[in-house]
Amino acid sequence: MRSPDPGKAALFLLCLLPLGGLLWDAASGGLGANPVEALSRRTGDWTLRLLLATLAVTPLRRLAGWRWIARQRRMLGLFAFFYACLHVANYLVLDQWLEWAEIVADVLERPWVTVGAVGFLLLVPLAATSTDAALRRLGGRRWKRLHRAVYLAAGLGVLHYLWLVKADLTPPLAYGAVLAVLLLARLPLAAALRPALGAPSGR
Amino acid sequence: ERLEVAVRGRFSTDEAPTSYASVTGYNNFYEFGVNKRDPARLAGSLRTRPWTVVVEGACERPRTFDIDELLRRFPLEERVYRLRCVEAWSMVIPWVGFPLAALLKAVQPTSEARYVAFETLHDPEQMPGQRRRILDWPYREGLRIDEAVHPLALIAVGLYGEVLPNQNGAPLRLVVPWKYGFKSIKSIVRIRLVPEQPPTTWHMAAPDEYGFYANVNPDVPHPRWSQRRERRIGELRKRPTLPFNGYAEEVAHLYAGMDLRRFY
Repeated sequence: MRSPDPGKAALFLLCLLPLGGLLWDAASGGLGANPVEALSRRTGDWTLRLLLATLAVTPLRRLAGWRWIARQRRMLGLFAFFYACLHVANYLVLDQWLEWAEIVADVLERPWVTVGAVGFLLLVPLAATSTDAALRRLGGRRWKRLHRAVYLAAGLGVLHYLWLVKADLTPPLAYGAVLAVLLLARLPLAAALRPALGAPSGR
Repeated sequence: ERLEVAVRGRFSTDEAPTSYASVTGYNNFYEFGVNKRDPARLAGSLRTRPWTVVVEGACERPRTFDIDELLRRFPLEERVYRLRCVEAWSMVIPWVGFPLAALLKAVQPTSEARYVAFETLHDPEQMPGQRRRILDWPYREGLRIDEAVHPLALIAVGLYGEVLPNQNGAPLRLVVPWKYGFKSIKSIVRIRLVPEQPPTTWHMAAPDEYGFYANVNPDVPHPRWSQRRERRIGELRKRPTLPFNGYAEEVAHLYAGMDLRRFY
């Protein structure tokens, strides 16, 4: 039995705040003139933010020596998946009203939708194998290899956003830049720099 | 501020108008930011008096009009038009304005005038969105002359019976209801009669996505989304998009014999 973790409880509530904001705005008319579009943007944004937060865990643990944060990674990843599910549900139900002919045409004919759909589908097995039992069943090595798919999913998420934008590429490029930094921080060079940065070794 | 409306009902749809709050709070006007709520928040910095419009080029009597002179000179009409954005949403807007044809007639176009080119004010001081080169400022649009003199083509100076709010393109803007919204250029300072098809802003930015003609056409998809349906602001379900935004009877003859897939 683990001891209660106040940090985890706080982070859990923090991750629910965007949902609270959405529900509040939906009830009070704060989603504006086109609520379906607003829901799509906001759930998409929070999916990307939480994916990036998940990917920030390992660099922060290694480079900054924040060991406590490693325990929060699973929850961050599952919240990213949760907001991705809301994003997809909003698209399927409120945007397309489950008109499958339109949905299939969208996914097959429009690369930015294809990319988003593939990114989402990649997250499904990761969420499904997020339990301790699944980790034991798969074995650490295979589990780790499978969960590397998160890099691809995050990249596809950024591409999905980039492709959608009409003129101002700044927000998707900002996500892309953060993703690039988080990936670069994993390279051996970054690890070699660790002592130079003066961070505790974390071991 | 109320406007004196002389004529009502000509070419007007009887569909329910979109709420004033949505018409004035959900805008694409990149001169004031790329988010739909930015223009309502930021367009206060636009000064609409004094304001002049140059009408020049291939015409007998080129000249500069003061906005107040235009308001006195042309009887104002209310026209309740559908507006279909290229992003697949739509509104119904009770515009107040006068036919573009009346303004063009005043300068007596010559036979050289085959197209009309329009320009928005370019002043990053007043239009903060122009401080970044998101588009090739100033915003430019154009029509073929027969489109421009079509009685549906309107210069709007108001909506809902009142002076046009800045975020909707004050003090005067174009409204071409059978074309996607981006053709209906806002806050116009220059109108030029020209012999050749003029360059237009969104076409320059993404030629395969935004054509010069930009007639509403459910059969020609945007590369990134279908144009077959649209969401009327205020409604949740989508409705079918109509050819020429429902104005086919009035305007389809302008394009007789043209391949509208090529000239999208």
